[in-house]
Amino acid sequence: MTAAVQVEELVKRYPKQDRNAVDGLSFTVKPGEIFGLLGPNGAGKSTTIGVLTTRIRLTAGDVRVAGVDVMRDPVAARRRIAVVPQQANLDRELTPRQNLTFHAAYHGVPRIRRDELVGGLLTQFGLAAQADAKLDWYSGGMAQRLMIARAMMHEPAVLFLDEPTTGLDPQARLFLWERVRELRARGVTIVLTTHDLEEASVMADRVGIVDHGRMVAMDTPAGLTRGLAGRSVLDVTMTLADGDEMTGVVVALQTVVGVDRAEPLDSTSVRLALTNEPETLIGPVVTLLAGRSATVTALRSGAPTLEDVFLHLTGDELR
Amino acid sequence: MSGPSVEVVAGGVAARRAFLAILWRDIFVTGKELGYFLSQVTIQPLFMLLVFGKVLNAGGYVSDEYSRLFLPGVIALTAFVTALQTVALPLVMELSYTKEIEDRLLAPLPTYLVAVEKMVIAVLRSLVAAGLMFPVGALVLGSLPWHVERLPLLLVSLVLAGWIGAALGLALATTVPPAKVNMVFAMILTPIMFTGATQYPWQSLDSIAWFKVLTAINPLTYASEAVRGAMVPHVPHIPPWLCLLVLVGAGTALSAVGVRGFLRRTIH
Ligand SMILES: Nc1ncnc2c1ncn2[C@@H]1O[C@H](COP(=O)(O)OP(=O)(O)OP(=O)(O)O)[C@@H](O)[C@H]1O
Ligand SMILES: [Mg+2]
Repeated sequence: MTAAVQVEELVKRYPKQDRNAVDGLSFTVKPGEIFGLLGPNGAGKSTTIGVLTTRIRLTAGDVRVAGVDVMRDPVAARRRIAVVPQQANLDRELTPRQNLTFHAAYHGVPRIRRDELVGGLLTQFGLAAQADAKLDWYSGGMAQRLMIARAMMHEPAVLFLDEPTTGLDPQARLFLWERVRELRARGVTIVLTTHDLEEASVMADRVGIVDHGRMVAMDTPAGLTRGLAGRSVLDVTMTLADGDEMTGVVVALQTVVGVDRAEPLDSTSVRLALTNEPETLIGPVVTLLAGRSATVTALRSGAPTLEDVFLHLTGDELR
Repeated sequence: MSGPSVEVVAGGVAARRAFLAILWRDIFVTGKELGYFLSQVTIQPLFMLLVFGKVLNAGGYVSDEYSRLFLPGVIALTAFVTALQTVALPLVMELSYTKEIEDRLLAPLPTYLVAVEKMVIAVLRSLVAAGLMFPVGALVLGSLPWHVERLPLLLVSLVLAGWIGAALGLALATTVPPAKVNMVFAMILTPIMFTGATQYPWQSLDSIAWFKVLTAINPLTYASEAVRGAMVPHVPHIPPWLCLLVLVGAGTALSAVGVRGFLRRTIH
């Protein structure tokens, strides 16, 4: 089966710049997959999306979308893709409904099919009641929903979403995630960019982390965090037996298999840096403490999140 | 051995449909604000005709003959300015602030055709505006000079007048930085309007040679002269074939600059 998106050694250098905005990026997205491009500001996400959607001319590399070479045949590529850009680009001379119908007309969707799709999409995206309002009255979230509905009007094979939830409130974000999953269920391949780590881990089947225009890691969200298993921690809070000392407890905990390091946080709690999954250590730790007549009052495991992976890979300086 | 692939044929059909749909979008938007459009394009020529064709004539400052040769100039100017205005400022906005042209840029047609469409709608709108000048002129001046056998020349001249206006608008909108565009327009438009032989026949300039030369390098001159040749052929004018030739040449050159600018601004 041909890949929905295939990017090989993509390089983009903007005119008069001294470094590549995208610098040898490669990845493949399978049909029906949700692929997340994650990266700090200026990493090259929007540039990559721009190349994939025929709006930016690549400097080097090979880019295919739905089997079509975007450089060689941009017109064919445009028939198979849709894009929701980072900055709103709705047609302000038209009503929301007309934005959808004209978009479909540009793509040659027959009138009858157009009318069928418009009603369904307006309802699906919660805009049916405001479909003929003035666009100027639309909130950011409504405009974002309308742009996704518009993108679906020509039934693209691949949908590109550039930071779809930036600036949305939590309800709008959840709503949008639901809609995106529905689209995937219909067989649409989705490529989204984000710096929201929760979004990437909740939404994406696979995530590629981009930094300085290069792919620094690519896996499922679970796979990426597993790579940092050595960074799990377990915080143990306890009441010590009379006469027992925290220093002694720390030394004892250090001997438990799977504990890399133990250090006291305060007079009643200890942080254990683990080499194994936190769940496997709860038993041994509680048993050891029970042997010293200490009572465990709280346990908090800190599994590494995508955020830890992200910061680990891209560093923590500001871009 | 084989004809064009299925993909190429489908691409051609898709591009034609997309082009027509984009054109329809612009016609639709024009229709939505028709009253505004019509008043915008008629107000200036109406007052020019009123003052230069009627008021000055009534005061005895200009002859009936002048009123008759002024009308064709105003018609050519209206076609030119309407086309230029249709393309220029809206395109500047669409490219930089509203980005609303992006949906059309992502339609399945070669990007240069989006620029061509801009010029087509501009010519269509300029023909409407110029057409409106005929009843307006007849009303203000009390008569309308015209020659049936010269109507084809009139139509072709007006299309070309609109085309050079549209192409100039495209070239300006895509090469001038958005922040400077208002200034550049003010600096360019007025000289073009007044050195374009709209208010005087070119051959009447023999006594001011430098102005005659200046006027000769302005493409609008050839539009005014061609329209005058079609409407008031007894007034000495540059031969129509020469006018059309220059207009086609200028239109081609300006379009080339405009389309290149458009591609540079839309594909990074
Ligand atoms: N038109 C342009 N001309 C020159 N440089 C550009 C242009 N567009 C982007 N860049 C540069 O290319 C790099 C990548 O930018 P890009 O917009 O792709 O990043 P991004 O990952 O989308 O960032 P963000 O998360 O802030 O949206 C940046 O250094 C940016 O300054
Ligand atoms: Mg971006």
